[in-house]
Amino acid sequence: MIEARQLTKRYGDKTAVDGVDFTVRPGAVTGFLGPNGAGKSTTMRMIIGLDAPTAGSVTVSGRRYAQHSAPLQEVGALLEARSIHPGRSAFDHLMALAYTHGISRGRVDEVIELTGLQSVARKRAGAFSLGMGQRLGIAAALLGDPQTVMLDEPVNGLDPEGVLWIRQLLTDLAAAGRTVFVSSHLMSEMALVADHLIIVGRGRVLADTTVQELVRSAGGDTVVVASADPAELRRALAVRASRSPAGPDPSS
Amino acid sequence: MSTATESRPTPAAPARPADPARRVTGRRVLRSEWAKLWSLRSTWITLALGLLFLLAFGTIAALRYKSMSASGQQMDPDFADATAYTLALFGVPFALIALGVLGVLTTSGEYSTGMIRSTLAAVPRRLPVLWSKAAVYGVIAFLVGAVGAVGVFLISSGVLSGTAKAMSISDDEVVRGLLGAGLYLGLVGVIGVALGALLRSTAGGISALVGAFLLVPGLMSLLPRSWRTDITPYLPSNAGESIFALQPPTGALSAGAGLLVLLGWTVLALGGAGYRLKRSDA
Repeated sequence: MIEARQLTKRYGDKTAVDGVDFTVRPGAVTGFLGPNGAGKSTTMRMIIGLDAPTAGSVTVSGRRYAQHSAPLQEVGALLEARSIHPGRSAFDHLMALAYTHGISRGRVDEVIELTGLQSVARKRAGAFSLGMGQRLGIAAALLGDPQTVMLDEPVNGLDPEGVLWIRQLLTDLAAAGRTVFVSSHLMSEMALVADHLIIVGRGRVLADTTVQELVRSAGGDTVVVASADPAELRRALAVRASRSPAGPDPSS
Repeated sequence: MSTATESRPTPAAPARPADPARRVTGRRVLRSEWAKLWSLRSTWITLALGLLFLLAFGTIAALRYKSMSASGQQMDPDFADATAYTLALFGVPFALIALGVLGVLTTSGEYSTGMIRSTLAAVPRRLPVLWSKAAVYGVIAFLVGAVGAVGVFLISSGVLSGTAKAMSISDDEVVRGLLGAGLYLGLVGVIGVALGALLRSTAGGISALVGAFLLVPGLMSLLPRSWRTDITPYLPSNAGESIFALQPPTGALSAGAGLLVLLGWTVLALGGAGYRLKRSDA
């Protein structure tokens, strides 16, 4: 459960996040949708305390992230920017994070297997492809077996296989009762994975709704057709309708 | 990537209750920083270089002295008032650069690579990371410095045995001085850690370190003489050299006072680093 209350972040006279209110609930995938520069990454950085809010607050399970005694058990985050030392192997990177919480080596092996990194775990992370780097970031996010999984643009730069893998991962995590918060600038991607949507633009929340509701309110179940020859279009539709056993859909 | 579709993610044990044994403690952060340091190749290379500089330059200085005194030629002034002890520690300023640079890298490297985001996500209280890095690296730099200093003294006193400058490790104050050299290098390492965290830049951190220890002392000659004699002994490099000098030059601090002054500089740098780490966005 993530709760943002009047969350604001200003850099000089530029306002990146402007009095944002939202709640991300467990058991569902919540999409965080908006164009580049809408304030999605800044909001996520404030959730895990990397950036301090200029005003307002954001809590995880009722407390500020830094106040938890085992923060990696609360939120596992994959940020958009790489957060890995390229000279360290995937295994050493995960072990270094695991030590801070007393997480066992067995759990490190578990997330390596879960993310399919077994064959490259001992290689330097600097040599990883974009997709492998994302997988390592996700392995780190899952390391503490967190209640909330937060991923910033996880499908960026992934091949189709990787995209499918991430979609399945998000769905499974939500089905297991976790809070899943995932950002994207692609509506098509969000429509496929998210149950709930928080749409932001220029640092403000534009909509906080479910995917079905958004599609309905946007008139997504009707089609407008324009033609240079309306008479011919009408005739073609009539022919088509007479052939179709179901008859013409009145709304199309 | 080809293994991806087969390994369908199945998050183990749905919403398993939080494991109370898993929490961040000071010891665990220390353990993590220890693991981070040794899992990078640059650590091994730079520590080896630091040790090599200490051993090689001191040995070369001793050999050079021996060949000059054997041939009976006119001594360079630098060599004329040298002792076996100062000849042995000829490499200290070079080791200082290697060990100080590695100190800078332990913190600035986290910022240049983005690793700092992972680090602070795991330890969001932040300050334990800085204290742990300083402690872990300070101890390692001290050990490398002390081992190198004792090692090179043994080598060069072997080289110089039988000459007018012969000294033994059992002579008065020698062991204290050699450990002092290690202490100096350890504190330089900690100052490097602090400068890297304060400036968040490798180039900036190294420049500040080199400036403070090598360039500022040279600038002192621009000051009026009375100011110079008042200020110079308190510079980090001069205070540090007092820690391990066996016969402090006139006007220099005593070993104890030098250590206190250098500790003061270290605390100042760490304080600045801690303030920036805690107060500004990562």
